[in-house]
Amino acid sequence: MMTKYSFFNLVRNALGHHEGWAPAWRSPEPGKQYDVVIIGGGGHGLATAYYLAKEHGITNVAVLEKGWIGGGNTGRNTTIVRSNYLWDEAAHLYEASMKLWEGLSQDLNFNLMFSQRGVYNLGHNLQDMRDIRRRVDANRLNGIDGEVVDGIELKRRIPILNTSPNSRYPVLGASFQARGGTARHDAVAWGFARGADSFGVDIIQQCEVIGIRQVNGCVTGVETNRGFIGAGKVGIVVAGNSSVLAGLAGFRLPISSHPLQALVSEPLKPVLDTVVMSNAVHGYISQSDKGDLVVGAGIDSFNGYGQRGSFPVIEGVLAAIKALFPVFSRVRMNRQWGGIVDTTPDACPIIGRTPVKGVYINCGWGTGGFKATPGSGYVFAHTLAQERPHSLNEAFSLERFTSGHLIDEHGAAGVAH
Amino acid sequence: MLEIPCPWCGLRCESEFSYGGEAHIVRPENPEALNDEAWADYLFMRKNPRGPHLEQWHHVYGCRRWFNVKRDTLSYRIECSYRVGEQPPEGEI
Repeated sequence: MMTKYSFFNLVRNALGHHEGWAPAWRSPEPGKQYDVVIIGGGGHGLATAYYLAKEHGITNVAVLEKGWIGGGNTGRNTTIVRSNYLWDEAAHLYEASMKLWEGLSQDLNFNLMFSQRGVYNLGHNLQDMRDIRRRVDANRLNGIDGEVVDGIELKRRIPILNTSPNSRYPVLGASFQARGGTARHDAVAWGFARGADSFGVDIIQQCEVIGIRQVNGCVTGVETNRGFIGAGKVGIVVAGNSSVLAGLAGFRLPISSHPLQALVSEPLKPVLDTVVMSNAVHGYISQSDKGDLVVGAGIDSFNGYGQRGSFPVIEGVLAAIKALFPVFSRVRMNRQWGGIVDTTPDACPIIGRTPVKGVYINCGWGTGGFKATPGSGYVFAHTLAQERPHSLNEAFSLERFTSGHLIDEHGAAGVAH
Repeated sequence: MLEIPCPWCGLRCESEFSYGGEAHIVRPENPEALNDEAWADYLFMRKNPRGPHLEQWHHVYGCRRWFNVKRDTLSYRIECSYRVGEQPPEGEI
């Protein structure tokens, strides 16, 4: 049984030199048969398992992870959370996620270090400002907080931002979502893993799926490097590797996998108390509670699975960050890494049925999946349990590419997240 | 930085090129005759392999010609490049 994290238990375990804490989740051997097998132990997969158990009472569930949980994009993103998307379908989905974020630390009994420090999206020219105005108006009509901030006010709020008209990237203003912010990404994976495990979900790491067994077009289970595991339903939640898993199941996806990079600097004293993003220059920056600057870049243009980015992209993003924040010009970068993002033609996710009966997919979050982690799990759990989409993810079916009902979120989702 | 062998200019840095996605996608002769599935397959569905990939590059800051490259998407190693209209040396992958 899960030990509740509380002040009382902290004191009690302190008396025992913190040697009495139970592991946050078990590491069971794979079972023979599950009602639902989730492929992919990232935030989205673990959240799916958690909500399957919590909301739908389906606890005979396994989450299969080929590496370690949260070792993929969940641990590689820049931890930004916001919901200021333009189109109704996307705005409702991301806002549902935002509402879950707001109570998630309590719900999971796990400190996600969710910090609503606000998110600014910069505008660099008149058209950017028109688009920002349109997006903020659309957000407010959808009940999502938003504000257009002009250059003078922006300079007052973020004094280190270069708003000089002579700047390489002049800043005319920004959109601001006060409820946006950051969360600790590892904690999200661990919190959902612990929560799912407490309901009896088996989290099986180092278990790679190498085949999806079907009989008459209906899934019966998955072949793994640890043997066959029977499954009534299979949910594929593998981000950059979605096309590979779809290939195993025998269908095609409109997905291109690209490396997306991020960097962190050496730790600094508090200098930036919010999140600043710029779609135009493909850079975004915030400061973690440890003090390091977390910088996100754009994607490498080419298809790649290498989990590392290329040098020209680092050069481009750091040049842009330095132009926007001259004060950071001598900050040294400590670490750099890449994650593989699954981009779709309309920059929106695919959540729903596949051509194989019993196989469901949740992919295509591209460069911005972290913010959607709880909402994604919530609607995908509903889709798996009820065998039909939740009203929030109805529009995000794979069939939209056939029917033509694309949701063009490039404006709000383009590159920066 | 990738070094990309342009069939006309030789080895040049990645920053001189722009990427054009999967190669050898042929526009259907008669799109009107296709059903929605076949049209969606042509427009949107991609191989996106984890491994060898035939792809298009454009030497945009060079000779401005399009060409094809066979590159591994996991190791990023480029095996060869060849001109538009040609098939990869050892045939389809």
